[in-house]
Amino acid sequence: MNAVKKYSGILWIILGPLAVYYLIKTAAEQIAKHPVIDTKIQWIVFVVIFIPIAIGFMIFGWYAMKGEYDKLPESSAELED
Amino acid sequence: MILASSVGTLIEWYDFYIFGSLATVIANQFFPKTDPTAALLATLATFAAGFIVRPFGALVFGRLGDLIGRKYTFLLTLIIMGGSTFAIGLIPSYESIGVFAPIIILLLRLLQGLALGGEYGGAATYVAEHAPPGRRGYYTSWIQTTATLGLFLSLGIILITRHSLDPDRATSIAEFNDWGWRIPFLVSIILVGVSIYIRLKMKESPLFSKLKTEGKTSVNPLKESFTHKGNLKMVLLALFGAIMGQGVVWYTGQFYAQSFIENVCKIDFEQSRTMLIWAILFATPFFIVFGKWSDKVGRKWIMLAGMLLAIVTYRPLFNQLLSISDTTSKRELITRKEINTKLIPIHNTSNSLRSVTSTRHFEGGLKLVEVKTDTLYAEPGKISLHSHITTSKLLDDEGYRWMIIILFVMTLYVTMVYGPMAAFLVELFPTKIRYTSMSLPYHIGNGIFGGLTPFIATLLTTIYTGDKLVGLYYPIVIAAVCLVIGTLYISNKIDKTVTD
Repeated sequence: MNAVKKYSGILWIILGPLAVYYLIKTAAEQIAKHPVIDTKIQWIVFVVIFIPIAIGFMIFGWYAMKGEYDKLPESSAELED
Repeated sequence: MILASSVGTLIEWYDFYIFGSLATVIANQFFPKTDPTAALLATLATFAAGFIVRPFGALVFGRLGDLIGRKYTFLLTLIIMGGSTFAIGLIPSYESIGVFAPIIILLLRLLQGLALGGEYGGAATYVAEHAPPGRRGYYTSWIQTTATLGLFLSLGIILITRHSLDPDRATSIAEFNDWGWRIPFLVSIILVGVSIYIRLKMKESPLFSKLKTEGKTSVNPLKESFTHKGNLKMVLLALFGAIMGQGVVWYTGQFYAQSFIENVCKIDFEQSRTMLIWAILFATPFFIVFGKWSDKVGRKWIMLAGMLLAIVTYRPLFNQLLSISDTTSKRELITRKEINTKLIPIHNTSNSLRSVTSTRHFEGGLKLVEVKTDTLYAEPGKISLHSHITTSKLLDDEGYRWMIIILFVMTLYVTMVYGPMAAFLVELFPTKIRYTSMSLPYHIGNGIFGGLTPFIATLLTTIYTGDKLVGLYYPIVIAAVCLVIGTLYISNKIDKTVTD
């Protein structure tokens, strides 16, 4: 099970930038298609808020790949490293 | 203690939802499309308050809650929310004070979002830290009912107000759209006043008080929550392995479904709302059922089962909604077609507003009502170039009951994913940074992943126009990723004590 957790970490690392690429591509297409302020704001908000989330997703993948989730902490002391 | 905490949280959700439920009326009063600045502010009010500000509220009040205590922090969020809501009900319209009206609305809406961001973590933490070992799921499930009951209350008060302003229904609705919409906002102050009184009587969380007495509270909760690897990895796990899936299931079942019924199925405004009210009423007790059950079998599999059911059944369920409201497959009773024309004189002109209502009846009792409105000019030969057409369907009893059942099933999924959530989050983090650590992923998962569901799903239907159900791919994909992560990485172990 721990091996599956680690290998799927690679998938999460790849999924982050893929999602951002798809988001930016769709945003550019939609803004070009409907160049009004509402569309621009809407897509800029989407891109701005999803980029940090995608980075967080990559960090999650990195931790998973490094085996950080092989054993979950059982006390507060283990959370403070 | 549970009731005292839950009432305040319920009122906060009520305050937050009435703005959303009255968005169209508020837009007409404060954000006229003819003024580009006002229209821009309308977009900002929608996006900023719901999605950006909530996580900031989680950080601001989460930090405060871990520094000074749960009680005073969620008292503060209640005051901010209640004050902002009451103030929205008092703002003069755009016609009276121009662009200041939408600016004030935007600021108050931001305050609402900020307060909501701080409320939930405080209430959930407070109740969980009072709960006896082995009953945390049950205790916190009462807090979990508040969001849905807040929606229920907002829909109920809006419908009652809409119908009680005048004996004539049409006049009552017109008066509601003119000034009566302010009543649900103003009523909030009474509810908030009662909640503040109750919360002032409450004692601080025993676990937090103990930490404070021992001098073990966190000095910098934000740093400890998000820069210490040991805690950050749990924050990320909570977000991607549980909350993001829960957020999309929640917002699909309660908000996108409502929008789909109104805008795609074209069901009458009041029918769509009363159906949701019934579904919520029948499903709400299941928050408690699943919360309590999670004390016995663990939180993980109940939440993930809810996500799995949503992933598998969303398309068939939404397809059924379309089928129930579909008129093309039903035989029209042509002889029963009714057409009514009404002329309303336009003030200070010789012209009139012409409203033609045609009602088509279908086998089984379904009605299709089309209202075409245009201007009838007194000047000979001048004709109206633009007419406004609205279409709505009135379901027969059987269709109405089926839609309630479908909405109930979708709300049941919400109770599965959301009922045990507070207990799950509380058990993931230590007392000294619990408020901060659980609030941020909660509001990213619900405010951003969940809150954006109706927008993204609707947006997808405008990009890929061939499939009316294409919008469902967003919640399905997000819930599926979350399901895989949750299955692989989350533990089903129940932390019996949550003390440090």
